[in-house]
Amino acid sequence: MVLDLPFIWAALIAFAVLAYVVLDGFDLGIGILFPLFRAKQDRDVMMNSVAPVWDGNETWLVLGGGGLLAVFPLAYAVIMPALYMPIILMLLALIFRGVAFEYRWRTRRAEFLWDYAFNWGSTLAAFCQGIALGALVQGIKVENRAYAGGWWDWLTPFSIATGLALVIGYGLLGATWLVMKTEGALAEKARSISRIAAFGTIAAMGVFSLWTPFTRPLYLERWFHGPSAAFSVIVPVLVFLCLLVILRGLKRGPDHLPFLGALGLFVLGYAGIGISFYPYIVPHAVTIADAAAPDKSLGFLLAGAVVLIPLILAYTAYSYWVFRGKVTHEDGYH
Amino acid sequence: MTLFTDAELLARLQFAFTISFHIIFPAFSIGLASYLAVLEGLWLATRNQTYLALFDFWKTIFAIAFAMGVVSGIVMSYQFGTNWSVFSDKAGPVIGPLMGYEVLSAFFLEAGFLGVMLFGRERVGPGLHFLATLMVAFGTLMSATWILSVNSWMQTPDGYAINAAGQFIPVDWWKVIFNPSFPYRLVHMVLAAYLTTALVVGAVGAWHLLKGDRDPRAKTMFSMAMAMVAVTAPLQIVAGDAHGLNTLEHQPAKVMAMEGHFDSHPDGAPLILFGLPDQEERRVDYQIAIPKLSSLILKHDLNAPLAGLDTIPDDREPPVATVFWSFRVMVGLGMLMLALGLFSLWHRLRGTLHASRALHRFALMMGPAGFVAVLAGWITTEVGRQPWTIYGLLLTSQSRSDVAAPAVAASLIAFIIVYFLVFGAGTFYILRLMKRLPQLPEQDLKDGPLRTVSLPNPAHSATRGGHHGA
Repeated sequence: MVLDLPFIWAALIAFAVLAYVVLDGFDLGIGILFPLFRAKQDRDVMMNSVAPVWDGNETWLVLGGGGLLAVFPLAYAVIMPALYMPIILMLLALIFRGVAFEYRWRTRRAEFLWDYAFNWGSTLAAFCQGIALGALVQGIKVENRAYAGGWWDWLTPFSIATGLALVIGYGLLGATWLVMKTEGALAEKARSISRIAAFGTIAAMGVFSLWTPFTRPLYLERWFHGPSAAFSVIVPVLVFLCLLVILRGLKRGPDHLPFLGALGLFVLGYAGIGISFYPYIVPHAVTIADAAAPDKSLGFLLAGAVVLIPLILAYTAYSYWVFRGKVTHEDGYH
Repeated sequence: MTLFTDAELLARLQFAFTISFHIIFPAFSIGLASYLAVLEGLWLATRNQTYLALFDFWKTIFAIAFAMGVVSGIVMSYQFGTNWSVFSDKAGPVIGPLMGYEVLSAFFLEAGFLGVMLFGRERVGPGLHFLATLMVAFGTLMSATWILSVNSWMQTPDGYAINAAGQFIPVDWWKVIFNPSFPYRLVHMVLAAYLTTALVVGAVGAWHLLKGDRDPRAKTMFSMAMAMVAVTAPLQIVAGDAHGLNTLEHQPAKVMAMEGHFDSHPDGAPLILFGLPDQEERRVDYQIAIPKLSSLILKHDLNAPLAGLDTIPDDREPPVATVFWSFRVMVGLGMLMLALGLFSLWHRLRGTLHASRALHRFALMMGPAGFVAVLAGWITTEVGRQPWTIYGLLLTSQSRSDVAAPAVAASLIAFIIVYFLVFGAGTFYILRLMKRLPQLPEQDLKDGPLRTVSLPNPAHSATRGGHHGA
């Protein structure tokens, strides 16, 4: 075999999850920020700024889950039962906030209820995703190709902290998205929220970085010894640069700069987690090679993926292009 | 209560509940997406405003049904792992890539073009907008193709081997995808989706006609829907029959349960029309049966021998009563659909399609029949596969995650509450939209010049709002 198929697929799945995090991150973020904007007009604009794209954003989550089943079935079979509660809560939360996109335009009387559904659903989904990340980082118990822990193992101070961190991070993505996509008082308010959320996100990343190495000795090793240690020096510098980009963009524009800076923060954090995991897919328990389906499965799906993923990126970009520019209240799609 | 301590039963209930709710939405949106494409195509070809108005009317309903389908579908993609992790580990290498293709070739396509289809007509112009609608419709059909291939493989596995870790691994992808029951199931399900949608569209048209509304939209949708029912209902009966014969060949125990044949019949098996199957006593009580007809239907020979469940070990039999009854519900409704199709044809030929109140009442009554038939059909085929998840190879009892019963029970209750709340509200909104044909004025002027708007200009959209329904 010339190609290391499991490795290629690990990279593709990692890309799918990252795409999910940043894309659904900003539309979940809009939901998280909902309580800070009380005026119906503002909320209509916020919702409309993501209405044409949220569906595609969430599809990356299905690719992450479905892809894991396809190419790393063992990892899927271990992770899902281990994260049973947070995943089911996340799914239920996604239901509420997903249908809110359509329902809230179909009623006057119950509109406030679907506003709550959108806000709570988005926040809970983000929180559960953060918990899932934390639980995965701190490690899960595997015996005989199966999860061997209890159904509350995921709940620790560390996972609660990562849950909160992700809510703040998505809030930043949402706020900077609003800076980019809206104008007037709404954009001004989003600007000041972005500033606070940017510092919040940096603080959360700092706490996460200091805490993680002490959850497992392997991380400590990874972070401070060997070639990957260089990353531990570079990342803080790059994080600082991203912060400057965000702050500069907020002050002087252009309006898409803060969003790009926030994306940068997510990519950096994500890369750090990826380096800490490698070569495991379930930290300390299952490696990429262990979990991989046979090459015949990986090759079959890869043949389609190399054609379809660029196509998907192309028409997704097209869809964003169609709905480019500032969204105003008169733009109401509904 | 034993129900709350039996984790396997709870996990099965949870899957049955979440998938039953889910299938309702695709069954409707597969058909509706194609209908929307037809409506928009007709509008582009004829510039008849009725088609465009109908498109806008059904587009709003589609948006809600599709959103419900998406969120209930995301749940499905994680259900395999949360409650059925052993199955996922073992079957993942075979069915996983098929589902991966479903995501890559269908879900992204639908989601990517849905935004343009719902909100983008002014921005992209009618030609590209039509392309978006076609892509959404094509996506729903692709999705059905892949997922039915997966389900069919679980019913009639082929093209696989088993490795040292006990996993099913692909040997011949062609055989995996085009496994023996796949073509039959695909045709049967796509027809079912079209029929279901036609019945809903027909019922909405009938309702407005019964109200005395002579709106051209009501007449057009009723006429189109009845034509669709008249064509697809008989086709569906032929397809269903072929699917049944295929099942007899590959999953005989399922057909035995459908027929209620506890005993083998060496010289012609009777067709039991109705009765109460008693699996303990191994007989069908109070049965009304037509001698030898089952052999005629299944073997095309009155005296052909048919084996019964006595040839299957007791612990490898499906639950007979459920399969027996769900099958009869499906077939009974199928016959009623055929009757509706023929009745509408008769009125069409007499020129009374839009005048017959009896026909309109019948069509209104049949509005939900497609959904019930789809559910009954899926119950027949899925319960009929028991006690296996992968037929003949992996038992349901050996497929499950080792998750504590209280966790499964708690999540099941949460799903039930949330689904009834959320999808109940969605159904309410859909019904309310169906009841209200929006006013037509201005529409003609408003949508006329659209074909000239070819360059998207987000800051100065020519027309704003209003095109997403009411």
